[in-house]
Amino acid sequence: MIMELSQHLLSFLIWLPIIGGVVLIVIGDDQDVTSSRAGLMRIVALAVTTATFLMSIALYVSFDNAATGMQFGEKIAWVASLNAFYSLGVDGISTPLILLTTFMTPLVIIAGWDTIKNRPAQYFAAFLILEGLMIGVFSALDALLFYMFWEAMLIPMFLIIGVWGGERRVYATLKFFLYTFLGSVLMLVAFIYLYGQTGSFDLFGFVDAPLSLAAQKVIFLAFLLAFAVKVPMWPVHTWLPDAHVEAPTGGSVILAAIMLKMGGYGFIRLSLPIVPDGSEYFSGMMIALSLIAVVYIGFVALMQTDMKKLIAYSSIAHMGFVTLGFFILWSIDSGTGAGLGMTGGMVQMISHGLISGALFLCVGVLYDRVHSREIADYGGVANTMPKFAALMVLFAMANAGLPGTSGFVGEFMVIIASFKANFWFAFLAGSTLVLGAAYTLWMVKRVIYGEVANDNVAALTDLNRREFLVLAILAVSVLIIGLWPAPLVDMMNVTIEKLIEQVGYSKL
Amino acid sequence: MYGYYLTIVLAPLAAAIIAGLAGRRIGRAGSHWVTIIGVGLSFVLSSLVLKNMFWGGAEAENIHVYTWAVTDGLRMEVGFLVDRLTALMMLVVTFVSLMVHIYTIGYMREDPGYQRFFSYIALFTFSMLMLVMSNNFLQLFFGWEAVGLVSYLLIGFWFKKETAIFANLKAFLVNRVGDFGFILGIAGIVTITGSLDYAEVFASAESIAAQNIEVFPGTPWNAMTVICILLFIGAMGKSAQAPLHVWLPDSMEGPTPISALIHAATMVTAGIYMVARMSPLFELSTAALGFVIIIGAVTAFFMGLLGIVQNDIKRVVAYSTLSQLGYMTVALGASAYSAAIFHLMTHAFFKALLFLAAGSVIIALHHEQDIRKMGGIRKYMPITYWTALVGSLALIGFPGSSGFFSKDLLIEAVKESHWHQGPTVGDQITYWIAYLSVLLGVFVTALYSFRMFFLVFHGKERMDAETKSHLHETSAVVTVPLILLAIPAALIGWFTVGPVLFENYFGDAIFVSENQDVIGHMAAAWHGSMALLMHTVRTPVFWLAASGVFSAWFLYLKRPDIPQAIQSKMSGIYTLLDRKYYFDDLWIKGFAAGGRSFGQFLYQRGDQMIIDGILVDGTAKTVGRLAGVMRQIQTGYLYTYAFAMIIGLTALLGWLVWLR
Amino acid sequence: MIGLEHFLTLAAMLFVLSIAGIIINRRNLILLLMCVELMLLAVNFNFIAFSRHLGDETGQIFVFFILTVAAAEAAIGLAILVVLFRNRRSIAVQELNTLKG
Repeated sequence: MIMELSQHLLSFLIWLPIIGGVVLIVIGDDQDVTSSRAGLMRIVALAVTTATFLMSIALYVSFDNAATGMQFGEKIAWVASLNAFYSLGVDGISTPLILLTTFMTPLVIIAGWDTIKNRPAQYFAAFLILEGLMIGVFSALDALLFYMFWEAMLIPMFLIIGVWGGERRVYATLKFFLYTFLGSVLMLVAFIYLYGQTGSFDLFGFVDAPLSLAAQKVIFLAFLLAFAVKVPMWPVHTWLPDAHVEAPTGGSVILAAIMLKMGGYGFIRLSLPIVPDGSEYFSGMMIALSLIAVVYIGFVALMQTDMKKLIAYSSIAHMGFVTLGFFILWSIDSGTGAGLGMTGGMVQMISHGLISGALFLCVGVLYDRVHSREIADYGGVANTMPKFAALMVLFAMANAGLPGTSGFVGEFMVIIASFKANFWFAFLAGSTLVLGAAYTLWMVKRVIYGEVANDNVAALTDLNRREFLVLAILAVSVLIIGLWPAPLVDMMNVTIEKLIEQVGYSKL
Repeated sequence: MYGYYLTIVLAPLAAAIIAGLAGRRIGRAGSHWVTIIGVGLSFVLSSLVLKNMFWGGAEAENIHVYTWAVTDGLRMEVGFLVDRLTALMMLVVTFVSLMVHIYTIGYMREDPGYQRFFSYIALFTFSMLMLVMSNNFLQLFFGWEAVGLVSYLLIGFWFKKETAIFANLKAFLVNRVGDFGFILGIAGIVTITGSLDYAEVFASAESIAAQNIEVFPGTPWNAMTVICILLFIGAMGKSAQAPLHVWLPDSMEGPTPISALIHAATMVTAGIYMVARMSPLFELSTAALGFVIIIGAVTAFFMGLLGIVQNDIKRVVAYSTLSQLGYMTVALGASAYSAAIFHLMTHAFFKALLFLAAGSVIIALHHEQDIRKMGGIRKYMPITYWTALVGSLALIGFPGSSGFFSKDLLIEAVKESHWHQGPTVGDQITYWIAYLSVLLGVFVTALYSFRMFFLVFHGKERMDAETKSHLHETSAVVTVPLILLAIPAALIGWFTVGPVLFENYFGDAIFVSENQDVIGHMAAAWHGSMALLMHTVRTPVFWLAASGVFSAWFLYLKRPDIPQAIQSKMSGIYTLLDRKYYFDDLWIKGFAAGGRSFGQFLYQRGDQMIIDGILVDGTAKTVGRLAGVMRQIQTGYLYTYAFAMIIGLTALLGWLVWLR
Repeated sequence: MIGLEHFLTLAAMLFVLSIAGIIINRRNLILLLMCVELMLLAVNFNFIAFSRHLGDETGQIFVFFILTVAAAEAAIGLAILVVLFRNRRSIAVQELNTLKG
């Protein structure tokens, strides 16, 4: 049994939550939260996600930082006629993201413990299935499998926003779905083209396939649309604020913490190694778009009146650092720096997952009490919720990239890497120090500080034990990564070195 | 010594965590005891470290603590560099911090956030120690931002006060503007040297100076100049140099103990410390030093002027801090790093003293800060009076006081500096700007310090009867720190000036290139503290200070009508000073409001109108409109369908018959 | 001599008339049904004409089929018409536009 588990760890990670989710749907009824079985649902959901998390710890423990290849590989024939395999494996890029996924999902389950009144069983089931699918995306090594997980992931999220969302949920969910679907269909076209070239859907086959520059450009653009929408990059970002605003708290957390990372993961797993010359050709444009995201979105975030929208915009700006770090590579003449940018981008993804997730949870805590996300409806929350205020200020500082929190690590690396490329890249990227602090702390000032603004704020009660637990766990992890990022960085180093080497070879 | 250093840093941190997280459980007394013990431990150990350096002849130590991260050949580490510069700073920081801790027991006695306050100031001590003890740029930046964070938390300590939370946001953002430059400077250093470690970077300083950076394409600038100016922008933020000074006066919204600790003695001097620490870099760029000295001169003189028109007791002291920081910066620009650090040290003592004395007055008057409502307090508060007098005399450089030695020699160093000897017109202009600023600044300093002193302690009693009836000396926890700070403020100059400045105390910690070594040059003419004291009557500095005190006495005690008359006659200048040269307006109405309307513009025009309105919803609407047009064909009438059918049939038949 | 052409011409005229009836008529659904019948008759004419012309009886057999179907269709059509009239109190064609998108 133990042997089995260790050999098929990834499969267990993927299918345990999915099966758990299906079980929840089967045993759950359509009743509201007061139904007798609702308690059981939660415990099942929490048990499954915790078990998944524990298995991912096993993955982390037995992960070999020094290995260059894929680890925990599994390969079974799947669609024989198409030469497609059920092929899984992880390396230093996907493992941290899987850990992030398994870490965040139990927190989301706890956060939604008794705040979801409507169809709780289905709600938890959606998150469980989503978790399995997301782990699937991060571990799939076969393009068809990857695509399947990638698209399937949309369905639970579509339902989470569409069923448990806010007032304009239909608009938001349609926008979300159409945007992301439009992008990913082009990715499928690219996969089919590559299949035609190589005769299989093996991602490594794609990596080794020789491709002309023209083909690479087209494939890059197809990938770009799929991933840029997910990241999201300017100018295809407008679905995100709407989706976040309408999504329930848990949906926002998973969306920001993990689903956005799919885009970054796609770039680093597919675009860079499969079409290196195409990536190089478009790298200037990518850098420009990333910097626009950092600066333009920074200014836009400043003027948001809705807390969730503000955090959503700040996510876009922070994800700009990810793409900047990934594509800075070709602008650096010589020496080191490329790896710094890429590691920085990766660390930024993990860190952003924790911080934005935490901030959305904070807004959720307020929303559960006052039922408003408008900044103007708050003021002086610190008077009635001191514990909450302390944690929120911590996360706000992390969001502003304060050293000692995880938010700083990635930004620091990417800024250094971009200085190596060009002073002005670093200048524009560094402007986030001012802009990020401005929009985050201005929000904190208006929400947390000041006199008690109204009766709603006066009636607030501080965090209950459940909420405190979730936020405290996140706070500790934000601080640990900020104070000692070495374990995280060491996990990625070898893989990123290899990737840079791979990207360095032209396919022409 | 490794254990020592680690304890010095971690004791305040542990205390801060205990007081912060378990504050309610350990109670008020528990939290002030735990933090005082923590910081006290640091202070004792720091004294030992300094003693070992000074008398024991201990060598500088460069200690690796742990590896933060390594990637792509860049080692990012946490470690300590403890040399004589560090040791001096450690002592200053822990001593002032300890005094402030004790003082706080009295000052914050009735505050509900008592434990929180102690937690913050202990955390501050930790951050500041991390900053000064760092051996690399990463940790320096960590400390740099961490003190900024604590400063933010403490300025906004009374978070219900609208002005306080405005001031703390402002302070953080203005500091962030400086940090923006700072991080770019660090990035520049890593780009060229590939290292964050001080020792490695200093070792390859020459190679930085040999390179160019094209900030604007086609105009190569010396890399060292670019990097040093970027680093100095960081210092401008933290040390409140014009034009990034605007946050410091507003930071007085925080409780007085932190004004003394953070906004006078320690944090604001971090910029000065940093430049002195980076002396091996700054020395290689004359252009950067020129930038430093001009900024410093402007701050020293013009910020001092503002002190004259302020009526809030703490703001007067704040502007004097700005001006004194300008003095230190000028010294840095004149390559007299040790003079800057020396002034930093004496300033830490006497300015902390002045702030705490001001705080003592504020407590006695039940949080009244307007000096127009004070006066004649001398007889009610003798200890506060005498300690404040010591502080003020030290501030204006009264012969024999600590400020006298540091400021007199600082001005002397500027006079003798390489800028004076410089061959070009630019050098001469720089020299005269700097020299005149620091010289005239002496008069201004004396004027505003004693204006405040006279208005507070002498003259008519202008407070209301109710307050007057309660007026008495503050408790021992307040006055003991005052006395303990008054001693070094009065005496430390006399004993330390020789060793610190002229007997090469700093050794390798500060690097000065041979032809700019003004302090070394002055050492040749150094004949001891006594000689300097004897000589003082013949210097313009003495007479400027004396006339400043006299003017203050004449204008504010003897003939209080004259300032009124001047104010109404020269309302233009008065308004200019009162509005602080419109810098606040520039930042708030200019940049902050501009940024907001730019953000609004981008959001409404860019995101909502163009992207969402035209591209996204526009596409959806176009499809909808097209469908609307197509729908018109579907009339619903049978005969139109039949007609269409026939047309189609005919066309098909026609095609079959004629075209095939 | 009356030849094939004449029969075909007559059939074509009938057919066109019936089309015109379908398109132009907007008042009466009964007229529409009659036009459909007329159209079928025009087709029948063609069948018979060709049957005679080619000497093949199959065409005439087909005409019987068509007549039967047409009778059935007329019966169903009229039944629908009656139901329609019951529901809408009108058999005017221009009011029957619920089929539009």
